[in-house]
Amino acid sequence: MKLELRGITKRFGSLTANDHIDLVVEPGEIHALLGENGAGKSTLMNVLYGLYQPDEGEILIDDVPVTFAGPGDAMAAGIGMVHQHFMLIPVFTVAENIELGHERVHGILPRIIGRLDRRRARREVQEISERYGLAVPVDALVQDLPVGVQQRVEILKALVRDAKVLILDEPTAVLTPQETDDLMKIMVALKESGTAIVFITHKLREVRAVADKITVIRRGKVVGTASPDSTPAELASLMVGRPVKLNVDKEPAQPGGAVVEVEGVRILDDGGAVTVDDVSFTVRGGEIYALAGVQGNGQTEITEALVGLESVDAGRISVAGADVTRMSTDHILGLGVGYVPEDRLHDGLVSSFSVAENMVLDLYDQAPFSGRLNLDLKHIAAHAEQKVEEFDVRTSSIGHAASTLSGGNQQKVVLAREMSRPLKLLIVAQPTRGLDVGSMEFVHKRIVAERDNGAAVILVSSELDEVLGLADRIGVMYRGKIIGEVPAGTDAEEIGMLMAGQTAENGETAS
Amino acid sequence: MSTTAPVATPETPAPAPAKRHRSQAWDTALVTLLSFVTALVIGAILIAIADRQTRDSFQYFGHYPGDTFRFAWSAIWHTYQALFYGAVYNPNTASHGTLVGYLGPISETLTNATPLIAGGLAVGVAFRAGLFNIGGQGQIIIGAVFAGFVGFHWHLPAGIHLVAAVVAGLIGGALWGGLAGLLKARTGAHEVITTIMLNYVAINLLGYLLSVRGFQAPPYGQAIANPVDSNAQLPLLLGDSMRVHAGLLLSIAAAVVVWWLLTYSRLGFRLRAVGANPAAARTAGMSVENSYVVVMLISGALCGLAGVSQVLGTNPAITGDIDSGIGFDAITVALLGRANPVGTVFAGLLFGGLRAGSPLMQAYAPNELVQVIQALIVLFIAAPAVIRAIFRLKTSGTSVGADLAKGWNG
Repeated sequence: MKLELRGITKRFGSLTANDHIDLVVEPGEIHALLGENGAGKSTLMNVLYGLYQPDEGEILIDDVPVTFAGPGDAMAAGIGMVHQHFMLIPVFTVAENIELGHERVHGILPRIIGRLDRRRARREVQEISERYGLAVPVDALVQDLPVGVQQRVEILKALVRDAKVLILDEPTAVLTPQETDDLMKIMVALKESGTAIVFITHKLREVRAVADKITVIRRGKVVGTASPDSTPAELASLMVGRPVKLNVDKEPAQPGGAVVEVEGVRILDDGGAVTVDDVSFTVRGGEIYALAGVQGNGQTEITEALVGLESVDAGRISVAGADVTRMSTDHILGLGVGYVPEDRLHDGLVSSFSVAENMVLDLYDQAPFSGRLNLDLKHIAAHAEQKVEEFDVRTSSIGHAASTLSGGNQQKVVLAREMSRPLKLLIVAQPTRGLDVGSMEFVHKRIVAERDNGAAVILVSSELDEVLGLADRIGVMYRGKIIGEVPAGTDAEEIGMLMAGQTAENGETAS
Repeated sequence: MSTTAPVATPETPAPAPAKRHRSQAWDTALVTLLSFVTALVIGAILIAIADRQTRDSFQYFGHYPGDTFRFAWSAIWHTYQALFYGAVYNPNTASHGTLVGYLGPISETLTNATPLIAGGLAVGVAFRAGLFNIGGQGQIIIGAVFAGFVGFHWHLPAGIHLVAAVVAGLIGGALWGGLAGLLKARTGAHEVITTIMLNYVAINLLGYLLSVRGFQAPPYGQAIANPVDSNAQLPLLLGDSMRVHAGLLLSIAAAVVVWWLLTYSRLGFRLRAVGANPAAARTAGMSVENSYVVVMLISGALCGLAGVSQVLGTNPAITGDIDSGIGFDAITVALLGRANPVGTVFAGLLFGGLRAGSPLMQAYAPNELVQVIQALIVLFIAAPAVIRAIFRLKTSGTSVGADLAKGWNG
């Protein structure tokens, strides 16, 4: 099946998200759609999947124009989509999830009180998973499966519905390096069996590894196509529209005295399960310590404990010589700690507040931003103007609500705020998540600058490239423990293995 | 992780801030006004249906449709005219040439508006901090009991007595509201539930107090407390023949204070941040729990002020009906005023007018209709999508309805 998009244009009010986009996907090819955040990749795919109607242009399947009123039409036409956030029901089994929506039933009035034909469903799922070499435990509950396997279930869902074109929207964002490799293998296998794949991503390495064709989108327009042989730098500059430096420029660290000392910390979640288990590490001034790991292995909890947002069950944490194990967040921040939370919209910003208000969210009660009772709106505004300038936050007014900013600019607001006072410790969690290559470069530069000013930096990241590029020392977390601590320059594969729970000594999964 | 929402890029600048803000405020005002107008129109239909003559004439609608329309129009006109006469200006009484003839209706509107403004501010300020205070009734009652008790039990010199009674009322309300805040902060108990329950406690506590000697006024047997000393009464503003009293000035002053608090104060910044995003507020080192307690103390004190204006002004003796529905109308007022102090003052005046006008309306339409109209106004404001659909307005910004829903979850 050949899929063609011709002159697709989609506008939202005054914004043109897709501007006359042409795209041809041949059977049996992996077509990468590369672009920054907000470039219009997802909009285009939503048009293709029938979720949006294009304002102009047409979709052709085997040279015949078609219109999709909704995802149902797209699916019927052989287009399958795997969303970035899985659409699975956690308490259903794999087979149930795959059959969902086109279940086989029998009985007297099958449409109303039909009985599910579970046997046939299992058989069908079994069969299709073998045909494509996508191993899944058919009877396991989805909630018990690792993310990578859940993703396979999503892919199978599309294949069961006879998808000839598979859209994968940022499929590797949630995967470990190993799972990513597995996915790549699956993609190649699918391609060889004749399925076309549209692969949406902004990760250059992956594109170069599997794509047959690369289409780069910038600001809603196709700015070019590239071959997989292009260098990362070429692809990046095509994406961003200017030359981009991909490596982080930094001098070797000059560590000073210990700033953070974490000793035997254990943290329990609300249900009493251990999320952080006997974790100890030390971070010195002037070095970047990375807590690497796949998300959900305790990194979030330990960083929240560092700033007093999570209560510590056992162990001790000290920051800049003060015992902060039971200290309030307010006091900890007052010690000279900057904290950029992982989820900036949820924890870092008040999205209905203006940019100026957000710039002082944790400084509003200090001079010069307030007196005894009142706020000093003039100082707050002046501060915001200056930071917006310094951090190149793209907003037409500091009075705009933070929700009107793009993700990258929101992140810059949080960073600008946290870096606007002298820091002894900077904690940054997933600082470049969702950021495009251009903003990423800037954020990395600022983090290194803080280090060079003598601050201790704790970096939490699930991006291996980021960890490798920034960190001076790396602690890898797996299931609540630090299972390995390695110096900068350790090779990616070893860290990737650690992230998957494999230590070099035993070579098997630690748990 | 590309988002579907297109980002603002240098090529696509967002509209200028001033323009944007103005249009949003205008939009809000327009929807509010249209809600009011729509409620009046539907009210008019109900008035026509409730009118016997109109109904009777409808039976021969086929022969003389004019009658139906004439009677309906007459009923609607008279009812709304009565509302206007009762609330704003009554030419019949004005022709007497006395001051009360001219200003009587306005005085009534202001008198009714006084506790509604205070109560509306109370609900609004809690709203801004993410809490839904439905406990106005209880807080007003306790505020009134405290103020009334100090008013009749103590005997102090003029001036001092009034100040003491007012302060007692504020404290009473604050304690009752603060209790709900404390429960929320300490145990996570939802304020909607605790404030409702505290309403029952307050109502029945009042009922009990009104049967206790020393509280109850002689001759015993009636559910009315001792009258408040004249020293402790709020002075009347327009002479003895009109009821409007200095409580109005206190309510307006409270509106100014709340406006300052929310716009220019450190505390207000914290309360607003907690209300808009408690997770981010906590991450920024603010104490969310403390904020809940503080805002409920403030909210309760403002309800206490409503109680004060009732018991030291409008009706200077505690009765079982001292709240007279203000606690719940205050929610409506806060909604209509969009939890904004200035808006709340206007909304309070509007509802004061509706209350002042309803006695005269009864001659032409059932009294319940006034409440129906009030309910319809709120309905349309809480569901602005309906108004937008009727008048084909474009969607923009968030609705108070959405905020309300958030308040429930918070």
